[in-house]
Amino acid sequence: MQSIRLIIKASLVYLLLISFLPLSVLADEEDEYQTVKVAEPFIEFHTGPGRGYPVFHIVEKGQSLLLIKKKTQWFKVRSSKGHEGWAHEDAMQKTISGDEQLFDAGNFLQQDFTEREWEAGVLGGDFGGATSLAIYSGWNFTQNLSTEISISQALGNVADIRFATISLLHQPFPEWRVSPFFKLGGGIIQTRPFTTLIQTQDRTDEIVNVGLGVKAYVSRQFFIRMEYTRYTILTSRNDNDEVEEWKLGFSVFF
Amino acid sequence: METRIQRIFLRITTGFMAILLSSLMVAPVWAAENSEEQKKPDELGSIFDPKVERRDVEREAIDTENWELGAYYGLISIEDFGTNELVGARVAYHVTEDFFIEATYAQATAGFSSFERLNGNVVLLTDEQREYSQFNLGLGFNLLPGEGFIGEELAFTSSLYLITALGSTDFAGEQRSTITVGGGYRVLFTDWLAVHLTLKDHLYDIELLGTAKTASDLEISTSITIYF
Repeated sequence: MQSIRLIIKASLVYLLLISFLPLSVLADEEDEYQTVKVAEPFIEFHTGPGRGYPVFHIVEKGQSLLLIKKKTQWFKVRSSKGHEGWAHEDAMQKTISGDEQLFDAGNFLQQDFTEREWEAGVLGGDFGGATSLAIYSGWNFTQNLSTEISISQALGNVADIRFATISLLHQPFPEWRVSPFFKLGGGIIQTRPFTTLIQTQDRTDEIVNVGLGVKAYVSRQFFIRMEYTRYTILTSRNDNDEVEEWKLGFSVFF
Repeated sequence: METRIQRIFLRITTGFMAILLSSLMVAPVWAAENSEEQKKPDELGSIFDPKVERRDVEREAIDTENWELGAYYGLISIEDFGTNELVGARVAYHVTEDFFIEATYAQATAGFSSFERLNGNVVLLTDEQREYSQFNLGLGFNLLPGEGFIGEELAFTSSLYLITALGSTDFAGEQRSTITVGGGYRVLFTDWLAVHLTLKDHLYDIELLGTAKTASDLEISTSITIYF
């Protein structure tokens, strides 16, 4: 009899404990998420993170919103009444944060393109008749000067060519939407002739390059990059090889 | 976190300063006027210790879910070498609600061509050369974003997207530059879990069976990805 009572007591205590659990989790969530206050007459909640998703709820001026997460340009927010929806960063930009200032939602603008620090991208094109593909990553240490590492592969009819270069770039007009640049760099190149055609050895040579091109800002973190590069392969033979390359690609900046 | 700690320290130090200052200022007054003794510290306190709780929003602290990582499984028709299982991995970065950048890597093992099968003991490729792998870097566009419904209560965001990519295909002992075009349908079951159904065509030049031609390898695959 006593043991049964004990079990009932224990289970009651357990039930009580777990009934408190969700509350404590909720309290944690309130602490975890940051809040902003609606400053415009109202803010619209969409059902998904996209302009086409229907507006299903409106939160009025003065109400607070919990910032749950962000996907591309959309914030997932929760109203004080518990409604959850997606609000665009342009709308969030007009809310007020704790210090009574307008909330900086982090929209990317052309200004951010000018002041970008890191960038990375993919380019495809033609390397002396072979199809080339390159990935690069760059660091802009001033608005005018940047350095970048690029890894390329050119696949022709006779050989698989891979090269890696480090370059220094100068952008004379970083504030232009379509901004030209000059490039100077060097690296190594590896040529592996296709074995089915000719029996030759793989070669590794040094390479120097000069180039010019443009970076054109599109929107948000995107820009298009187009460039012409002239490579000089410093071979062990008497003559150096000259190769011209045209590339077009897209990049993102951070 | 760092700024939060700084803020706590600042609050502690300003509080301490308030007490110190008020006691310093109150001390001479104490002797002169006893009646003002009660009022002064309160006034000073209200100046030094504002009741409004100031909390700046730290943008970096907001969880962003723009990266997508996942694995896929499907079938690829390697031209002249039959339809084979394909296993791959994908990573994508969603730049805007419309565009995303995607890198994929996949592996398959090519079967036998009909030429090999009909000729009995003719073998065109070694086992090693039959290993097929592809690497692609591409740009995706969410053409038809939408919502899918199950019953009255459940709705999942989805998107029909197009993708073009550049890459290389390693097959028959050689690497070939490849252009990939395709599309897919993505359904997000939660904010962070998605399932894709993808259809792609990989195009590259090959000179294996006598004549040079453009091979077209069709791929159908399904993938599970997570957003982080």
